[in-house]
Amino acid sequence: MQSKDSNLNGTVALGSHTVSRKKKSFDWRDYIVYLAFIGVIIYFSVTLHDQGFVSTDNLLNIIRQTAMISLMGLAMTFVISTGEIDLSVGSIAALSSLTAALTIQAGFGMIGGVAIGLGTGLLVGLVNGLLVTKLAIPSFLVTLGTMGTVAGLAMWITDTAPVPIVDATFNFVFGSGDIGPIPILLVWTVLATIIAHFLLRKTSFGRQTLATGGNESAARFSGVKTQRIKLLVFLGSGFMAGFAGLLYAGRMHAGRFTFGEGDELSVIAAVILGGTSLFGGVGTVIGTVIGSLMIGTINNGLIIMGLDVSQQMMIKGLIIILAVAFGKKAIKR
Amino acid sequence: MEKPMLSMKNISKAFNGITVLNSVDFSVKKGEVHALMGGNGAGKSTLMKILTGVYTADQGEIYIDDQLVEINNTDDARKNYISMIFQEFSLIPTLTVAQNIFLTREDKTSIGLLNDKECVEKTRKLLQELEVDIDPNELVGNLGVGYWQMTEIAKALSQETKILVMDEPTASLTKKETEVLFSFINQLKSKGYAIIYISHRMDEILEICDRITILRDGKHVATEDCKQIDLDMVIQYIVGSGMDKAFEWKEREYAKDAAPVLEVKNLTVGSKVQGVNFNLYPGEIVGIAGLMGSGRTETVSAIFGTGPKDSGDIVVNGKPVTIKNAPDAIKAGLALIPEDRRVQGLVLEHSVKDNIILPILSKMQKGFFIDNKKANKVANDFVRKLNIKTDDIYKTTNLLSGGNQQKIVLAKWLANDPSVLILDEPTIGVDIGAKTEIVDVVRELADSGKAILVISSELPELLALSDRVLVMHEGRMIKEMQRRDIETEEELQHAIQGF
Repeated sequence: MQSKDSNLNGTVALGSHTVSRKKKSFDWRDYIVYLAFIGVIIYFSVTLHDQGFVSTDNLLNIIRQTAMISLMGLAMTFVISTGEIDLSVGSIAALSSLTAALTIQAGFGMIGGVAIGLGTGLLVGLVNGLLVTKLAIPSFLVTLGTMGTVAGLAMWITDTAPVPIVDATFNFVFGSGDIGPIPILLVWTVLATIIAHFLLRKTSFGRQTLATGGNESAARFSGVKTQRIKLLVFLGSGFMAGFAGLLYAGRMHAGRFTFGEGDELSVIAAVILGGTSLFGGVGTVIGTVIGSLMIGTINNGLIIMGLDVSQQMMIKGLIIILAVAFGKKAIKR
Repeated sequence: MEKPMLSMKNISKAFNGITVLNSVDFSVKKGEVHALMGGNGAGKSTLMKILTGVYTADQGEIYIDDQLVEINNTDDARKNYISMIFQEFSLIPTLTVAQNIFLTREDKTSIGLLNDKECVEKTRKLLQELEVDIDPNELVGNLGVGYWQMTEIAKALSQETKILVMDEPTASLTKKETEVLFSFINQLKSKGYAIIYISHRMDEILEICDRITILRDGKHVATEDCKQIDLDMVIQYIVGSGMDKAFEWKEREYAKDAAPVLEVKNLTVGSKVQGVNFNLYPGEIVGIAGLMGSGRTETVSAIFGTGPKDSGDIVVNGKPVTIKNAPDAIKAGLALIPEDRRVQGLVLEHSVKDNIILPILSKMQKGFFIDNKKANKVANDFVRKLNIKTDDIYKTTNLLSGGNQQKIVLAKWLANDPSVLILDEPTIGVDIGAKTEIVDVVRELADSGKAILVISSELPELLALSDRVLVMHEGRMIKEMQRRDIETEEELQHAIQGF
């Protein structure tokens, strides 16, 4: 007993003396997005109090407006956690809204529309994933290419004409409906967030996603099938972009090639603002949702303030640069 | 006699027709620490990569506990209870210690989710058993190097392991960390693990190992009991008899009474470099010899401003200079040719000419534009002077051979007319023919009055080039030898081992 105790003490002493270990300390930069979000809410609540910023209606509206960005952001969190990027999500959403609408119009019903809409997303995700993993083309280039191709395809299949959806159930479930006071888009957002959070934090898939982005060769040495992980995250991103397309379609009662235009920027910004490292290895699902809500809140506040689109874009851009600059730790890592 | 736990028999391997291993035998017993030694390119790493399934042998068998086993990939190696401790390749800095140790083998809850609590508990127990004080929840990126290594070992031992391969495990450790590691290795030994220990440091090997196997030029030279062997024998085995023709030394003439070009006074970098002093004279080639981790690289980076420096003065041509970064050093008249020239020295996608004129662009300008005539002339001059084999100066550099690429790097720095040229491992990765040529070019440069500092882990190369050799050991400059006084490579081997 005596010897065992002294032995333990011995190693403890060695440990604290021989090796310089950085102390774990509170770093406010880890929480920058939460602080910023609270700051934004407080600011708008005070300055826009009379214009109804804090009304339940307006807050639910923010949720509705950000749902698509949040959902695509959840999947993008996985993509960026592996150190990759997916620029094609906005275009996929547009194409999926159209393929779903066309399928429903052709009489295959809601189930058919949903299947084809999601299938469209999965297919583009598969192409992205295969090009990145099999041909080893950087994902930035692959998805820049598919972004353009898919956007063109979306314009071409209906010759830029919108496709109305008259299926009331579809429109209710995918976007327009409210369950009591709760918008169905909020339900989808919460549901997907919970699933994504558990997927990233509590499953082997999530752990291996983070490992792949943290140090790919080390992950491979440890038995992680990094190529498969990458393929899966692109599939996931395509699927969620397809889903966002369905939500756009349901909310607007139509499929249209302009849906999701420019969303890739908001989605990536939301993920990075949330604290996911652009260099992979560090990811947070909750952060992404907060990041997305923050962008939505800023948009909403600026509209209520009466700023026009050009001013909104400038302010949004500046805020993103500032937030990322303050949270620079993630980049230096 | 005790039967070996692992035996590798008749192992051969060739890459692109060049034999790297030539029917090598190697065996390790249970509870034994077995050192594997040999010079650069002797075949140590290739043999271990075959054992761990990174490469497959062209010929030969591997037996574990007398059973013939097939090892075709890293999974096979793991199934046969073989683990390798990599320097730093298999840990993920953004995950915690426990997450790293159990990566891909995590415990699951009843519904298939990761059971991190269980993993942390197991890790805590494992680390306690190994008597290592690390918090399982700490991010690996926050750990010091010593703990990084132990985490690595803990990871290997967390799965059933019988044979543990360690490749230069002390290279990045301090003396105290090394002691901790050694008591750890002794503990593993008493628990019956077979440990293969690759190192260049004789003192360590004599301290920790039971037997030693030496390879040279891909062949098995000797296996000896560590108690019955001394440094001289080992060095004899490693060096062999025949000296490489490419590395013949020629005594050079240079003015020995000139004022020094470079004076380094009391240079200190933490514990890595402790009060190093030396001078460099015009027309002289000086080599710095030392083992990995002896501080030679740190010394040079501190001089050139690419690495940290705590104190010490640097005087160039009689004038004290302040060097905070590479541009300062270049302005002061120094040039450093880095070891990894493909990455650090060349823009491979650019032409020979563009690479050569890159550091002197400001001198090539005529008004706002680059003076093409002048640039072409400079480039052509160097191609001729250094005998660079290329069709013309517009050829992309990645199409040239390693030796010619090295010469372009040389040209690139010479274009700025430095007074001191520092070469880090100048002939690593180039073929024999090009080696000779580079040696010749370096000699010519010295003849033209430049002072040259060479660091190299290949002793034959140092011996071929240097007029004077400085020996570093554990951060100190322990010896200065005139080349003409060194009769054999063994003498230098002795010196760098710190004896």
